[in-house]
Amino acid sequence: MTSHPVISLRAVTAELGARPVLRGIDLTVHRGEVVALLGANGSGKSTAIRTIIGQVPVSGGAIELFGTPRRAFRDWARVGYVPQRTTAVGGVPATVTEIVSSGRLSRTRFGVFRRADREAVHRALELVGMADRAKDSVNALSGGQHQRVLIARALVAEPELLIMDEPMAGVDLASQEVLARTLKQQVDSGTTVLLVLHELGPLEPLIDRAVVLRDGCVLHDGPPPQAVGQHALPGHDHVHPHAPAGTEPLRTGLLS
Amino acid sequence: MDLLNYAFMQRALLAAVLVGITAPAVGIYLVQRRQALMGDGIGHVAMTGVGLGFLLSTSPVWMATAVSVLGAVLMELIRWYGRTRGDIALAMLFYGGMAGGVMLINLAPTGSNANLTTYLFGSLSTVSQSDVLSICLLAAFVVLVTLGLRRQLFAVSQDEEFARVTGLPVRALNLLTAVTAAVTVTVAMRVVGLLLVSALMVVPVAAAQQLSRSFSATFVIAVAIGVAVTVSGTITSYYQDVPPGATIVLLTIAAFVALTVLAAPLARRRARAAAAAQPAGDPAECTLPATREAGDEIIV
Repeated sequence: MTSHPVISLRAVTAELGARPVLRGIDLTVHRGEVVALLGANGSGKSTAIRTIIGQVPVSGGAIELFGTPRRAFRDWARVGYVPQRTTAVGGVPATVTEIVSSGRLSRTRFGVFRRADREAVHRALELVGMADRAKDSVNALSGGQHQRVLIARALVAEPELLIMDEPMAGVDLASQEVLARTLKQQVDSGTTVLLVLHELGPLEPLIDRAVVLRDGCVLHDGPPPQAVGQHALPGHDHVHPHAPAGTEPLRTGLLS
Repeated sequence: MDLLNYAFMQRALLAAVLVGITAPAVGIYLVQRRQALMGDGIGHVAMTGVGLGFLLSTSPVWMATAVSVLGAVLMELIRWYGRTRGDIALAMLFYGGMAGGVMLINLAPTGSNANLTTYLFGSLSTVSQSDVLSICLLAAFVVLVTLGLRRQLFAVSQDEEFARVTGLPVRALNLLTAVTAAVTVTVAMRVVGLLLVSALMVVPVAAAQQLSRSFSATFVIAVAIGVAVTVSGTITSYYQDVPPGATIVLLTIAAFVALTVLAAPLARRRARAAAAAQPAGDPAECTLPATREAGDEIIV
């Protein structure tokens, strides 16, 4: 095993149109780490992730994946990606199995599916609790179920690195629990995770390090930030939606 | 079936079957990418190819193939590099192609507006022996691509960003889709006509969606509809002496309407089955739970 970081960004800059979105980002993710990329809307966190996967061209700096410059990186089966849910809506119906199968292409030769590939699809669906919906159209799913399907699609190639863009956005409580549990299993088995989050939320216990962006610059890189503003006020109940049903929320406030 | 005694009808029917297979087979990926009107744009560009064919006295089918492939590649490049003015550039490409075709065909010694009309709206009697050979070769290419690379094309058309991370050559596959669509336009040109070809790429797919829940079923049903309407349209055109392209497109739309009406009860039954499949503890009506759960707490 080499000691290369899994992801390394050095002084990365990127523009959308003429507007600079990243102004020199440094970001390193080591093997087995769970790093959250935080920041307000427009801070550049989604763009940062999309430069890593090559969807947004960089105008300066260097990106490496598993120690290889990104442009030369070909070993995509080691990377699982969960985009924002809105990008994944096609104009033709598709079943859950068909969507998840497309994540397995990186492990096949010329797209020919063998038995092991079909089994992997089934396993991935079981991981996210969607095996009973395998033949359903994704259009019939709720937002949270759809998100679980996209996570299964990323896991089906058994990646070492998971990159997720706002996996909790618009996800119902039941799916948030499944998601947090699935992610914990992955982390426990050694998967490295980089995820964009709007707020730490129910994934907070999993996160080793938080990188906060503002206006395309790194504002903070270290332990997850303490709650500030409204969240730190007395009377704020810290709710863990993935706690077993029926348990009382953690009450830290004086008012409740 | 006395119509099979005529060689020109044999050729027309063979071409019709190939159009019925290839147009929906490519169209499904265009619809999936939400580029349903791309076929229409390519049809416009192919006009210049037809005009060039007349002017240079070469086969209009191969000339149209060359020019529409070029146009499709150009459209794909505009999509990559085009920023806000991308749609204007496409409009210029489409109408420039159309105007160029009209101009060239009028300059050609053998060309006339009557010739032009057969290419615009399709014609049964003009499918020549050499056309059939070209159409067969081009259709074979289309079938090979749309079936052989179906998983790759599905992934790219469904979610380009994700496809990139599975290591697929996204740009090459996008280009291949555009080129295949261009080839299909020229396959369909003789029977359906350049202005109506896009309907045969899109409407069978839309009709199939009324019945299907999966991509593979949509593909199979769309091709079945495509073959059914092109063959029946060609036969109707022969007996009633009406233009084949218009007949085929109207039949396709009729199939869409019929399937939409027929599928409504099916959709209702599916909705009921889905409701019955819900766990018993999930009633459709709102009932207040006796105890509060953690998730009921409101975060301020």
